[in-house]
Amino acid sequence: MMRLVLGLVVGVMMIGQVAQAQNQPLRLEITEGVIEPLPFAVPNFVPANAAAAELSSDLARVVAADLIGTGLFREIPSSAYISQITDFGAPVQFADWKAINAQALVTGSISVSGNRVTVGFRVWDVFSDKEMKPGLQFSGTKEGWRRMAHKVADAVYSRITGEGGYFDSRVVFVSESGPKNQRRKRLAIMDYDGANVQYLTDSSAIVLAPRFSPTGDRVLYTSYESGFPRIYVLDVGKVQRRVLESQEGTMSFAPRFSPDGQKVVYSLSQGGNTDLYLMTISNGQSKRLTSTPSIETAPSFSPDGSQIVFESDRSGSPQIYVMATSGGEAKRISFGNGRYGTPVWSPRGDMIAFTKQNKGRFHIGVMRANGSEERLLTASFLDEGPTWSPNGRVIMFMRETQGASGRSSLYSVDISGRNLRPVQTPDGGSDPAWSPLQK
Amino acid sequence: MNLVSKLIAGCALMALAACNNPTDGTDGGPIDPNAGTTSPGLIGDQTSPSYFQQAIGDRVLFTVDQSTINSEAQSILQAQANWLLANTDYNATIEGHADEQGTREYNLALGARRANAAREFLISKGIAGNRLKTVSYGKERPIEICSEESCYAKNRRAVTVLLGGLAG
Repeated sequence: MMRLVLGLVVGVMMIGQVAQAQNQPLRLEITEGVIEPLPFAVPNFVPANAAAAELSSDLARVVAADLIGTGLFREIPSSAYISQITDFGAPVQFADWKAINAQALVTGSISVSGNRVTVGFRVWDVFSDKEMKPGLQFSGTKEGWRRMAHKVADAVYSRITGEGGYFDSRVVFVSESGPKNQRRKRLAIMDYDGANVQYLTDSSAIVLAPRFSPTGDRVLYTSYESGFPRIYVLDVGKVQRRVLESQEGTMSFAPRFSPDGQKVVYSLSQGGNTDLYLMTISNGQSKRLTSTPSIETAPSFSPDGSQIVFESDRSGSPQIYVMATSGGEAKRISFGNGRYGTPVWSPRGDMIAFTKQNKGRFHIGVMRANGSEERLLTASFLDEGPTWSPNGRVIMFMRETQGASGRSSLYSVDISGRNLRPVQTPDGGSDPAWSPLQK
Repeated sequence: MNLVSKLIAGCALMALAACNNPTDGTDGGPIDPNAGTTSPGLIGDQTSPSYFQQAIGDRVLFTVDQSTINSEAQSILQAQANWLLANTDYNATIEGHADEQGTREYNLALGARRANAAREFLISKGIAGNRLKTVSYGKERPIEICSEESCYAKNRRAVTVLLGGLAG
């Protein structure tokens, strides 16, 4: 496994800082309105030695792709550059970058020693003629170079928007192949941008809806490997799994970790009735949270662990409810037209993403945790299963196309509803779950 | 006793191997028509799983979001119950399914309701509960793949999959 060492690049911080504030400092406020993408430039990182030359462009390209992918930034192509960055320590010629309207400039250095890669970067507020906070340096293994690029992009994004980043993160999902009536499914994990795909199970049994632990080291999922749907927990590093809930004559599914990683909330079906249960992982003891003849499923914790949002058809159609983690009375929060499902609490705690079905269409939407301010972000034949980026700005979900040749794939969309884009996967993809930001 | 059960009883008296010995290499394992396996036995043999699947009907259908056993489903399940009463070497797993309209989790729970409704009906007709398991596939295993009601109607089903014969 790769380890990243985070440290300040003290040496280069001394150079060429002209602290003139003739313009407003560079700051991109992410608002709900339409915004003009902020123009930036990220020249190839300056290689400190010959061994670093091959990654020089690759790093810059991943940083650029991360930033462009947000829909908030627009890259100035290198063909427009007036000056080149050939010395990471030399003063930046701000006039040359102003002339091509690069409001932000990212410069970087890379050195490679054996399998060790060290990356440094600085972010420049071009129109203020100054650096935005001191630069940083990361070290890691050569195979982990993409993570270092994502770390750089996270820092750039964070400095310019004031929000946390989300690029150094992973997604666990179900890789799908074959036609609808013979769909083969297996668990896979990848970087958030679709790179470094690794398979965690084979396709001998149906697998559904993997979910990360709060630290990203374990995954809960549902598998039919026993012939019945049961919940398993998988150690991502070791790719070892064990069954978590295997009560005879029952089915268990829709698991999610509590924010402290100690408990699992899930659905258990017995005698045709599906209710919510809460298991303490260490001792395997379960507590029943709901006792109704209706369907209770798709539970998700609030980030503070005090509440659970879930889906129930107790009113006659599937709607979203919130209850205390201890169980008891639940309060309905969805009241619009249509059917609501798969509620997921945002990492910030203020919003709940959901799947909505109305008039033969599916939507991914968000609402406040009290059910107000519902906003639909997407519409298609079948959109389903939202998951939040670690910073709560972006939602990834599954889209399945209509008809006999229907295929499922992953998409992401900003919570403003902008920037809908496909997420690349080798085959079809469904049931994505976004990891927390990696350490 | 209706005609079907009389014929089944007759076959059992004749003690033919084909009455209760599934062939085709399934060896008493699950006989799942959805998996594309060939049904063992001849349809003319009323104790064969083929007869159960095709002549009696191994599945009942449901309306959207419902798990109610309608009158057509009742007559099919009644015949299934008669067959299971006469062919005690077989147990069954009832698979509940949903169409693709609806979320994965909800459809799993809905399939569980449907499978259970069929199971309860069979139990009410005298089949021992310990012979009948249920499993829900939600929307994971459609048999028809168009995205129209004609396909959805066939996908909203509970399928009684025979297990066993003597080997089971």
